[in-house]
Amino acid sequence: MDESLLEKREGSVDNDNEYTTWVEYWLEGELVHRSAHVQLKKAVGLKVEAASFG
Amino acid sequence: MANTQAMCTSFMKQLMLGEHQLGTATLTSRTSLTAPTTDTLKAALYLATATVNAGTTAYSASNEVSGTGYSAGGETVTIATAPNSTNSSSTAGVAFFTPSASITYTTVTLATAFDAVLIYNSTQSNKAISVHTFGSQTVTAGTFTLTMPSNTTTTALIRLATT
Repeated sequence: MDESLLEKREGSVDNDNEYTTWVEYWLEGELVHRSAHVQLKKAVGLKVEAASFG
Repeated sequence: MANTQAMCTSFMKQLMLGEHQLGTATLTSRTSLTAPTTDTLKAALYLATATVNAGTTAYSASNEVSGTGYSAGGETVTIATAPNSTNSSSTAGVAFFTPSASITYTTVTLATAFDAVLIYNSTQSNKAISVHTFGSQTVTAGTFTLTMPSNTTTTALIRLATT
């Protein structure tokens, strides 16, 4: 494949929940490769409590 | 239909019952009477049209992604680091746990949009642990990588904190 024919597109999303980057390669209008990397930022939490007597 | 980030409610009960062994093994229990055993966690991806949330009790192939290079059930999660805990005062503290490596789905084609991963315990009857959501994605002959948050008291993937 003549790699010079490939069109590279990149993007990212950054918010409170994630930082995501993606890269695409297009050949003559057709998507031939897409990878994504999601970096999770948030925990899922559980509150625990010990009850008091009385 | 939508996926919702949450700790699975059934997991909370199972914690009290000691049904999960996360991270490096410390307990001699259940499957071995002589040596510690660590459970295997897995990470399955779900379509954006699925409904996985706090009410999810176990892994199901229903509405899981499918495509070239993806095996039903997802990838094994690396859990080389044991859960940790720390006190912030005489009455409060946090226990926390994060998988010790990114989860990578290598050379896959997932053409239908997905936006959630279910972490579950494949050793313990595929019991659900937590659901994590992200912006909708597709992958074409590429790699999908999920990098875990930092393993701290405020950002670890799973946190149990006193009120």
